[in-house]
Amino acid sequence: MEKRVIFKGWMLPALLLLPQIVITAIFFFYPAGQAIWQSMFVPDPFGLKTQFVGLGNFEYLLGDPYYRASFVTTAIFSSLVTVVSMGVALYLAILADRLIKGSGTYRTLLIWPYAVAPAVAGVLWMFMFNTRVGVVAWYLGLLGYDWNHVLNEAEAMGLVVVASSWGRISYNFLFFLAGLQAIPRSVIEAAAIDGAKFWTRFRTIVWPLLSPTTFFLLVVNVVYAFFETFGVIHTITAGGPQQATTILVYKVYSDGFVGQDLGSSAAQSVILLVLVGLLTVIQFKFIERRVHY
Amino acid sequence: MATLTLDNVRKSFGATDVIHGVDIDVTDGEFIVIVGPSGCGKSTLLRMVAGLEGITSGEIRINDQRVNEAEPMERNIAMVFQNYALYPHMSVFDNMAYGLKIAKTPKDEIAARVASAAKLLQLEPYLQRKPRELSGGQRQRVAMGRAIVRKPAVFLFDEPLSNLDAKLRVQMRLEIKQLQRELGVTSLYVTHDQVEAMTLADRMIVMNAGVADQIGKPLEVYENPQTEFVAGFIGSPATNFMPAGSIGVSVGKTVGIRPEHIKLTDSPTRLQARVAYCEALGAETLVHLRLPNGQLITVRQGGHLPLPSEGTDLWLGWDDAAMMVFGEDGKRI
Repeated sequence: MEKRVIFKGWMLPALLLLPQIVITAIFFFYPAGQAIWQSMFVPDPFGLKTQFVGLGNFEYLLGDPYYRASFVTTAIFSSLVTVVSMGVALYLAILADRLIKGSGTYRTLLIWPYAVAPAVAGVLWMFMFNTRVGVVAWYLGLLGYDWNHVLNEAEAMGLVVVASSWGRISYNFLFFLAGLQAIPRSVIEAAAIDGAKFWTRFRTIVWPLLSPTTFFLLVVNVVYAFFETFGVIHTITAGGPQQATTILVYKVYSDGFVGQDLGSSAAQSVILLVLVGLLTVIQFKFIERRVHY
Repeated sequence: MATLTLDNVRKSFGATDVIHGVDIDVTDGEFIVIVGPSGCGKSTLLRMVAGLEGITSGEIRINDQRVNEAEPMERNIAMVFQNYALYPHMSVFDNMAYGLKIAKTPKDEIAARVASAAKLLQLEPYLQRKPRELSGGQRQRVAMGRAIVRKPAVFLFDEPLSNLDAKLRVQMRLEIKQLQRELGVTSLYVTHDQVEAMTLADRMIVMNAGVADQIGKPLEVYENPQTEFVAGFIGSPATNFMPAGSIGVSVGKTVGIRPEHIKLTDSPTRLQARVAYCEALGAETLVHLRLPNGQLITVRQGGHLPLPSEGTDLWLGWDDAAMMVFGEDGKRI
């Protein structure tokens, strides 16, 4: 059933929309417009004047092997973060859902990491894995494994993925647990009486009924991995070694504020904007269709 | 085709005893209804038979085989839930075929069995629909269909009609009865509605606080309640209870008299009471009278009799045989 409210004039609806429009204009349209404008200029080395280059920045970026490598890095990084954080969260949520005693404590403890800011989480993991003073690195050394994420590209990637996923697991866990608990007990019991064992029940009943939650988390986590992991990467690896952990967002920062190439940085922001738009459209068009029942 | 036996079955949650030793013998093809107020343990008992709740002590046997330790799927039962518990993401066909698919039944046999169940339940036009596109009554039928296609030894019904409106409930009640007759499957049916119990049951079990107070044919239970609880719970309007001493009965504590066994007269009989109000229902009239001690007594009389006007004093009379005398422990004397 659709409920429609029909306004008589245009003043009230305009007034009701105004705050949202103002916020969107100031914090989205204005900076986005500025980025697009800046992306068409190249500043001189001293930042004194700028020169109009049209689409030159984009042309250069698309031919730049470092920029293309950053695309691959981002794809690997965000897929890993999404899969790891959602997979672990789902596993924990299934366990917590079956728990009868002490579920409150268990849940509270699992939610804590979410309260830790990404940059702080990054520092925490960096200390644990620090090649000289890190506890975990030291134990790995005792076991005969020479941990060095400062030099080893795969180890660096592994570490930022784990550090980025860690806090995220709490968030995903909450949603998965709520999703699992929203499935009526009797539906699961009916499946049990129908002869489905745990794994069959999960595959044929629980997973399909959980799919709206999973889809939501997929979108949210990909966006998280794209944008909000900056703090973790900045504190742990600063994009290194050899740009192995320079994801697109980090490159926007390092080219713009470290390299002082604001034109290229702005152009990268514009590309990111288009990319995220595309990704969202794809996700809603092709995946969402399959998740509703 | 199966028998079902419950042998001194008990259940406790921690220190709380919920079921205090229930014995039931269900013969092949029999329709047994368990009726009782909320919280009397009837649903728990059913879930114990289904294998969804553990059994603290005692034994449940299906076809003389102990099933206490068996998983729900190994017990060869099917259950219809109060909220139907249909799989919301599957079509009606898939809902009914689910159990068969898991049992690796050949495809053509699945199609045949679902088709015949759908025909029996008039669900044929809806096989490709999702549960949310069906009405309450249709959902109820799908839930029944899912139970039927598996050809179980025992049907379990957990208040299957309580989510339906009154008219549909009466209709589905009849359908369930017919279906059970037709298929001849041993059934255990839980309800809090005594009308369902009276109309559906071959034998009914009246449960009270974890104890089976009485087991018997519906009319036997109605006419000959063994405890004060059964006398008060079965029958609407409820039995009138009076202290034994107040009406000159020397044994027992309480005397129960059903509303239809009391006759109202102008001339003195047993007790005098004042008419408080009348409910004329057409075929019958319920007259509520107040005794001098303030207690309300309900009398059921034919609708053709003249309506006593409120405030008049009348006499209540009954035969000795209509008196049901109960002792201190609530048991019939």
